[in-house]
Amino acid sequence: MTTANPLVTRPSLSSRRAAWHAYRALTSRDLHVLRRNLPALLIQVGLQPLLFTFAFAYVMPGIGTGLGGATSFSTILLPGLIASTLTLQSIMSVTGPLAAELGPGREITDRALAPLPVWALGLQKITSSAIFGLVSTLVVVPIVRFVHAPGNAPRAHVDSWPLLLTTLVLSALLAAALGLLLGTLVDASAFGPLLGLLLAAATMLGCVYYPWTALHNIRWVQVLTLANPLVYMSEGLRANLTPSTGHMPTWAYLTALTLGTATLGHLALRRFARRVRT
Amino acid sequence: MNPTPTPAPPLVPGGATAHAPAAIHTRGLRKVYPRAQGGLVAVDALDLTVRQGEFFGLLGTNGAGKSTTIGMLTTLVAPSAGQAWVAGYEVSADPVGVKSRIGVVSQANTLDRALTVADNLAFRGRYFGMRAPAARRRALELLERFGLTDKAGAKAHQLSGGQARRVMIGRALMHLPDVLFLDEPTAGVDPQARDDLWRIIANLHETGQTAVLTTHYLDEAEALCGRLAVIDHGRLLACDTPEAIKASSGARTVITVHYDGDATPATDALRGIPGGPHDMDVDGPTVRVRTTRPDGVLGHLLRAGGAVGLTVRDATTTPPSLQTAFLTLTGRDYTP
Repeated sequence: MTTANPLVTRPSLSSRRAAWHAYRALTSRDLHVLRRNLPALLIQVGLQPLLFTFAFAYVMPGIGTGLGGATSFSTILLPGLIASTLTLQSIMSVTGPLAAELGPGREITDRALAPLPVWALGLQKITSSAIFGLVSTLVVVPIVRFVHAPGNAPRAHVDSWPLLLTTLVLSALLAAALGLLLGTLVDASAFGPLLGLLLAAATMLGCVYYPWTALHNIRWVQVLTLANPLVYMSEGLRANLTPSTGHMPTWAYLTALTLGTATLGHLALRRFARRVRT
Repeated sequence: MNPTPTPAPPLVPGGATAHAPAAIHTRGLRKVYPRAQGGLVAVDALDLTVRQGEFFGLLGTNGAGKSTTIGMLTTLVAPSAGQAWVAGYEVSADPVGVKSRIGVVSQANTLDRALTVADNLAFRGRYFGMRAPAARRRALELLERFGLTDKAGAKAHQLSGGQARRVMIGRALMHLPDVLFLDEPTAGVDPQARDDLWRIIANLHETGQTAVLTTHYLDEAEALCGRLAVIDHGRLLACDTPEAIKASSGARTVITVHYDGDATPATDALRGIPGGPHDMDVDGPTVRVRTTRPDGVLGHLLRAGGAVGLTVRDATTTPPSLQTAFLTLTGRDYTP
């Protein structure tokens, strides 16, 4: 192929195709690393939900201090724990590597030199981490399903698989975008303690352990929690998996998840591009 | 996206590559870091042309602007003004085009710590559109060529500094780049590893690879580069073959004498060096003579100093070299 400049030859791939190849190859790299670390990751992902369900869904109902009233606590926990695990893992799988990549060694240079725009590299980080978050939810489902006191099995029912999948994917993307934003805003050294605090607060006020509609008695808490993205994920999954416990309307959580993903994604990519290209 | 046309660059004097096409061309390239990062003018009004097949060196002390220049040419640093074309693509207009045609060995170890050495190379090939089996084959070939076959399965953090640098060079060559950037390729490695890296780099030169190398080692610049750009405080001071740069300093020997007291009052007494003309500066206790006929100069400075009560504390004679050229160009000693 000839170009406007006779002195140079054009690469065999156009820039756009090159970028698409790079995007896919970077994703295969992430999946390759995920596969290799899978056993350790399964333990890391599953341990906390396992201990939690053991204490609250098995031991406490067994000694007669069960939570959840008429509904088994497992039923409330199922969507809540899926949402919190999805959030935690989607965020951590961006922020973990990013701390090293943007640190003094600037390991990011390695991937920033791949032939794709810097914003697309950020987007690739979001999608890879969302995939990782979704994989980690597969660990939680059997734990909540099987670890409970006799007669306390979670009662789940899926009305619409497409709606459930949409909710899961949007939730994962929102959390991963939030992770990228945090990872580019906060200095790596301050990260561990800050992230721990943020996630603890988000989980406790994230309608993980109680449905949002049940908060109507404490109105100010119900309003306050609306600022927490985790609420929309928990409630979205509650609407799709355990609708009988009561939940936020579909239009509300879908709108919040979509707008949240778009806004945080935009901010995160802009911030990421500024951190990578000085 | 189409490549932005490169304007016809000026002809470059000297060497077999004098009329080869331009691999890099910059015009008024400038980088000022934001006020929050110090507001430093790191590179100013840089005009450079590197031709295909050339091994081109950016020489300067630490902080001279070499890495910022490499950063702009590799699209990782956004220029504040000016333009730069690399392999036919303008860095700001089509960074993806530039990135698809270059290989970069950065100064820090940027190997992917989650991958093995072989996978570091293989995945790099795949980022650039190679299919997995072809990338794997080429990765193993390159590891063999650089004597790293036994490290194929090792993790990046298990390598020594020199090995890591070789792996990074191999990784940068995976997709057969038009231009290879080597940023301080031997900084911080032991002398044996440095020799190995020099051999590898010299061999790349012989195979016709176009490369831009930054270094603060004068001997490295002289041994590896066909042409050099001497950069200081972000400005281009000279750009030519190492021989021509040395000649531009008048091919003079520099004799420096430090006395035990201020030599300024004795300037006239010291000046009568036989066999002149010589070029002499007096700066407090330091007297520096640049000359094409160094014989007898040191003896004269000893005697003439002694006659006015000055004792020589220390004296050095530096034959014509890049070091003396740097001194002539910048007016100060080269301290990397």
